[in-house]
Amino acid sequence: MTEWSWIHPASVFFLGAALLPWVQARLRGAYLLLIPVVAGLMLFTASPGVYGVYPFLGQELIFGRVDALSRLFGVIFILMAFIGIVYGLHEKGRTGHSAAALIYVGGALGVVFSGDFISVFIFSEVMAFSSVFLIWLQRDAASLAAGFRYILMHLFGGVCLLGGLVIQLMATGSTAFEPTAVNGIGPVLILIGFLVNAAVPPLSAWLSDAYPEATVTGAVFLSAFTTKTAVYCLIRGFPGTEELVWLGAVMAIYGVVYAVLENDIRRLLAYHIISQVGYMVAGVGMGTALALNGSSAHAFAHILYKGLLFMGAGAVIQMTGKRKLTELGGLYRTMPITLTLYMIGGFSISAFPLFSGFVSKSMVVAAAEESHLTTIWLMLTLASAGTFLHTGLKLPYYTFFWKDSGIRASEPPANMLWAMGLAALLCVGIGVAPQALYALLPYPVNYAPYTAHHVVGALQLLLFTGLGFMLLLKMLDPEPTISLDTDWFYRKGARGLLWLADHPIARADARLGEAYLTLVLNPLARLVQWSWVFERRVIDGAVNGAASVTHAFALHARRIQSGQLQHYALAMVVGVSVFLAAYLLWF
Amino acid sequence: MSGGTPGWVARVEAIRASVTARRLFYAVLAGLVLVDLLVPKAEGLPWWEALMGFAAVYGFISCVLIIAVSKLLGRAGLMKRENYYD
Repeated sequence: MTEWSWIHPASVFFLGAALLPWVQARLRGAYLLLIPVVAGLMLFTASPGVYGVYPFLGQELIFGRVDALSRLFGVIFILMAFIGIVYGLHEKGRTGHSAAALIYVGGALGVVFSGDFISVFIFSEVMAFSSVFLIWLQRDAASLAAGFRYILMHLFGGVCLLGGLVIQLMATGSTAFEPTAVNGIGPVLILIGFLVNAAVPPLSAWLSDAYPEATVTGAVFLSAFTTKTAVYCLIRGFPGTEELVWLGAVMAIYGVVYAVLENDIRRLLAYHIISQVGYMVAGVGMGTALALNGSSAHAFAHILYKGLLFMGAGAVIQMTGKRKLTELGGLYRTMPITLTLYMIGGFSISAFPLFSGFVSKSMVVAAAEESHLTTIWLMLTLASAGTFLHTGLKLPYYTFFWKDSGIRASEPPANMLWAMGLAALLCVGIGVAPQALYALLPYPVNYAPYTAHHVVGALQLLLFTGLGFMLLLKMLDPEPTISLDTDWFYRKGARGLLWLADHPIARADARLGEAYLTLVLNPLARLVQWSWVFERRVIDGAVNGAASVTHAFALHARRIQSGQLQHYALAMVVGVSVFLAAYLLWF
Repeated sequence: MSGGTPGWVARVEAIRASVTARRLFYAVLAGLVLVDLLVPKAEGLPWWEALMGFAAVYGFISCVLIIAVSKLLGRAGLMKRENYYD
């Protein structure tokens, strides 16, 4: 069971990152591309089983659980890493950025093949601390601040996961990463840890806050790994948890509602990550074979089309230096290839027939129908319309058509177009021949996406959404605003905390100081003064008085000491007489 | 692509302005709803989902609803000036 007949794909990425500084600049591109290829070979040659088991504190750390589910996520992660590396090939000399991306992918693969919660925790932290550099390396004030908020939220999630797994270990004696019933504080904390990473509202604002501030290539990587790793963890750990059905459906609509208001192109796409992950979370909650297949398939398809959309938006930002819809427009004239490739991503996320979303998202929606969850079905279908409205219509219309902004940006470097082309090819490939994807799914698939009813229904839904877009176009014109999300609570909350510290707390501190002074220190000082006076006047007085009396007495008494014997004899006689008389008088 | 507007850009602009293109789009929409009559419905669907043009109506309503509700929430205070957090 513990045999090492298998090399962990994550170790290829970690080793690749470690050796990166010693690779000559002209070989670096080929070297980077080789890493996912080697990791892919390692994965394909591995047969299902459990590898790399280490005893640790009386528990087992399981680094290599290979089965259909972990292999599916392993395949798509390695594939997306390859596409992301191609996309960033022109960035020569950004070794720090490349290393962060490699470690981030390695962390994601580490989680996917983990068989116990402790390993999941360790690799989740690796992901959080490597991915934040993809934000920080944008090197401006906004990305620095957003990166700090990002890492703080992930630390919170990590602490929840760690606390939960320790409590779970105490309660059950096991940290095995298996389907877990949500009973008691331990599993709840573990679940919250996963929900933070899956960006489930109200714990979602870190995503829409940070991703748009990342580097152009960094955002492509970010869009793929963190939330989908969390989806994997939910599928593995909490299938059939009913609360997730509603959380997921709300999430799907939440992202869509915010996307209407959004002006920043990558933030609009970030809100659509939240929306799309909502379908996957809802599928996990339903927990049927169709639903879990749907969540897995949708995660696979989502990574490709969302990566493609972020690559398209990134190309626009890279070539124009602008990121807001209000500042863009008319780009189709000089960036038609970018537009075409972006639109393939747009059609895929919108679930147009022949594109990948059609064969993956519909599995989740069909599962809702199969489980007679009518309200959920209506919510998810409404969110589908919203997805096309923003990602397929609003964003491309205002970026590439609308008014002519006068920007004549050229197409991005060839490697960026190649990466987008590869992702686009896979999006269409999955849409046209879904059986290849279905064969990888964890459960046997008995689902046919291409029925006449489904195709016609999907086209009606999407094209009538298009009609609504045409008629309400004026209402959708972008506005130069930002939208409040739950990050308000910690952004303004932190400011409120500082204000509290600066004003009421500082004032209270001053008052307390004053009160201490008047009530404690001053009386104490007075007491000291009094006791000093008392000591001087009373105690010293008594001592000195006694001394001076003795002194005075001594002065007088000295006179008695005349030195003449007869005087002493007289004093003795008088004294004895007095004592004698006193004795006789009293007794 | 420097200097002068290429011919295909002019064609795209013409299509964007053309009334015929718009009419064609409306015709496709009508056709999609009519096709519903010919499409065999799967067993076990809710009755309303099997109605002719249900998805069309629901798509249109969804679109309008999302825009209206979002804009309402935005006006109600979610939308702030860009330097709100600075």
